[in-house]
Amino acid sequence: MEAVLGRVGLWFLIFFLAIAAIAGAKDSAFAAHATIIAMLAFILLVVTAGRFDPLAKVQGIFRIPTDTTRYDDDPVRWGVIATMFWGMVGMLAGVFIAIQLAFPVLNVEPYLNFGRVRPLHTSAVIFAFGGNALIATSFYVVQRTCRARLALPNVARFVFWGYQLFIVLAASGYLMGTTQSREYAEPEWYVDLWLTIVWVAYGAVFIATILKRKEPHIYVANWFYLAFIITVAMLHIVNNLAIPVSFLGSKSYSAFAGVQDALTQWWYGHNAVGFFLTAGFLAMMYYFVPKQAERPVYSYRLSIIHFWSLIFLYIWAGPHHLHYTALPDWAQTLGMVFSIMLWMPSWGGMINGLMTLNGAWDKVRTDPIIRMMVMALAFYGMSTFEGPVLSIKAVNSLSHYTDWTIGHVHSGALGWNGLITFACVYYLVPRLWRRERMYSLRMINWHFWLATIGIVFYAASMWVAGITQGLMWREYGADGYLVNSFVDTVAALHPMYLMRAFGGGLYLLGGAIMTYNVWMTIAGRLREEAPMTQTPHDPEADRPAVPALAQ
Amino acid sequence: MMENKRVDEPTGTETVGHEWDGIEELDTPMPRWWLWTFGLCGIFAIVYVVLYPALPMIERATAGTLGWSSRGQLAQEMDAADQARTTFNEQLARVPIERLPDDSALMQQAVAGGRAAFLVNCVQCHGSGAAGSMASSNLAKGYPNLNDDDWLWGGDLKAIEYTLIHGIRQQGHNETRFSMMPAFEGVLQDAEVDRLVDHILSLTDQAQPSAEGASLFATNCAFCHGADGGGDRTMGAPNLADAIWLYGGTRAEIERQILRPRNGMMPRWGERLDPVTIKMLAAYVHSLGGGEDFVEVAADPAIEVDESS
Repeated sequence: MEAVLGRVGLWFLIFFLAIAAIAGAKDSAFAAHATIIAMLAFILLVVTAGRFDPLAKVQGIFRIPTDTTRYDDDPVRWGVIATMFWGMVGMLAGVFIAIQLAFPVLNVEPYLNFGRVRPLHTSAVIFAFGGNALIATSFYVVQRTCRARLALPNVARFVFWGYQLFIVLAASGYLMGTTQSREYAEPEWYVDLWLTIVWVAYGAVFIATILKRKEPHIYVANWFYLAFIITVAMLHIVNNLAIPVSFLGSKSYSAFAGVQDALTQWWYGHNAVGFFLTAGFLAMMYYFVPKQAERPVYSYRLSIIHFWSLIFLYIWAGPHHLHYTALPDWAQTLGMVFSIMLWMPSWGGMINGLMTLNGAWDKVRTDPIIRMMVMALAFYGMSTFEGPVLSIKAVNSLSHYTDWTIGHVHSGALGWNGLITFACVYYLVPRLWRRERMYSLRMINWHFWLATIGIVFYAASMWVAGITQGLMWREYGADGYLVNSFVDTVAALHPMYLMRAFGGGLYLLGGAIMTYNVWMTIAGRLREEAPMTQTPHDPEADRPAVPALAQ
Repeated sequence: MMENKRVDEPTGTETVGHEWDGIEELDTPMPRWWLWTFGLCGIFAIVYVVLYPALPMIERATAGTLGWSSRGQLAQEMDAADQARTTFNEQLARVPIERLPDDSALMQQAVAGGRAAFLVNCVQCHGSGAAGSMASSNLAKGYPNLNDDDWLWGGDLKAIEYTLIHGIRQQGHNETRFSMMPAFEGVLQDAEVDRLVDHILSLTDQAQPSAEGASLFATNCAFCHGADGGGDRTMGAPNLADAIWLYGGTRAEIERQILRPRNGMMPRWGERLDPVTIKMLAAYVHSLGGGEDFVEVAADPAIEVDESS
């Protein structure tokens, strides 16, 4: 009873503070965010006071089994659902802005113009879809590879719900035009502070679970998760150092200025790719690929060397985003050479993943989840080769500011991050909800092909678009004058933009099939379908060689 | 732990002996090609760091043995491009613009250079095809089409150059092209505006003329636009009798321009671009199709004719 009263008091306090913030807000975005928090606090207040247990009700809707095992999988289940939900939101936003680029008339002012939906897309797919996948899988993997139940269970739940609040505040802020104008770090100061609290709590849960492990060694997946959690905390805090104009307004100014500010931003931006989208997802790969393939990891030695070389080299490569800018030449040089040295450490993960299939390559034919993992690793290898190539100054002078960069990012994001996440979700859902298998394996196969063909359309059209753009920008006539105006290059890209939107549409369609498949699996249904492969059985041909023996 | 080592059957490789949740690790040595490539990338990095500016020291960064710098490279490339055009630039600077057509090679090169400058500086308003945005329905109207022979301030080389240098309606600049269409809102009655629009449209046979309209036009408009509506280039008053409309030719658009007129502006490029570039721009715009000969406009008092020719 006292605990309930205490919680009621806490929600009331937050509710009251939020109302005060609405009253004193300096701008509408800040007031809107305070309203979201006030509403949330009010709902929780009513819920706590009424001792109504909504979670049990919602858990009924999603058929979440009560945990009787040694592991605490509730936050993982919620994480899987959130991953699917935000994934669809983010991909839909992506297809929408792709069509906007082809048909600018679709820029609905002011809330749905390209400038506002674009950060919504990037944040939704990276931080909401990818972030939820990372948090969910890390909670799943760390328990099993440490043979320990999740430490600080209440904090783990706070991490999940607090992270969702961060996503809602970030996304609604973009649509209202609130932004720090830092790519992939657009949320304003108060949202950043909230994420810092959530992230530190996340780190605490993860490290505390590792500390209570019953295994003598820490598994390689957990090294990568640790590197991801710690480095992202560092990057987030440093890049978002800012001074708010008012404590009741959303606007803030960066602590850095000029080229220092640009370099801090790209140190962050590049390592968001490096530690969020590479290290974190390699952690997923290191657990789920050997599990699905039922094979030992290819090389322990390679995993040690490529882990340490990857995390040491990645952190220095950011300046390659600022080639041929006001950034001093020496910093550009270092950014480039560190990027080139990064090639093999990145490929170490691909080799270890692909070669783990040694002895189980036949599964690529029979198991669509393994096929997805192999394709994810192939795209990982391609984009981590393309990355160092693009960082070479001569190449960069052509590719920079063009759609080639967009194509590069998406072959990594759609190919590597997307496919490996889908594969992990397909692995997790039957296990988390205690089902025999996914509702339909054939739908996984459809998803695989739709996604793969979608990526091919996306990446190929953006290569062509980027190189076209780069060559047109730098084209000089024999008389020494520029040939094209900017708008000429935009007109030339239109067909490529259509192809890109088509590819993105295929990818989204695959995601929709997956959502249906996951939903039906959770509902406890199994689709009756012919198995993926069937070795033909011909009784005539299979006659015993010596029939006489039977007698 | 180590006693759990076993040889994995399909690969024939020994395991390390650890096991987590059923996952084991093989003790496969690192691929040779991987190590070699990693090493070669490192060697490339070291060589590159020696050759190019790379290591920050206390005062400045190491300069690299090649002596390369991005600023140096830019200066070098700009110098080379300038040098390639020196003779041409000098020639163009020397020749008065009205003599430019006499030297067809020079004129041709000026048009090419003007085209490039146009793509950088002018397309934002006049469009990449220089068609302006008069006819387009979903763009802001009022940017003149430069391809036709309808000129507000004159279409020979010298007049175009003058417009480019001094701009249009530039506050605080005495030599700018300046005129102001007055607003007739509150001056004319609704019915009068209707008659007036009829009269203006009748100049291009799109409406029935009326005596009232003609007299309204004569009193209010003819001073600038001329009795026949043919316009006056000395004050940039548009020709109303040629079916070319800067702000749209529908009844509503003409009415709006009478009641609440817009007076467009153009920057004075003389303070932004060098004289040679402006000369080239004038040559390019002149070449688009509506360029007028010098003689043709000799009657225009705003233009001084070079009598020495």
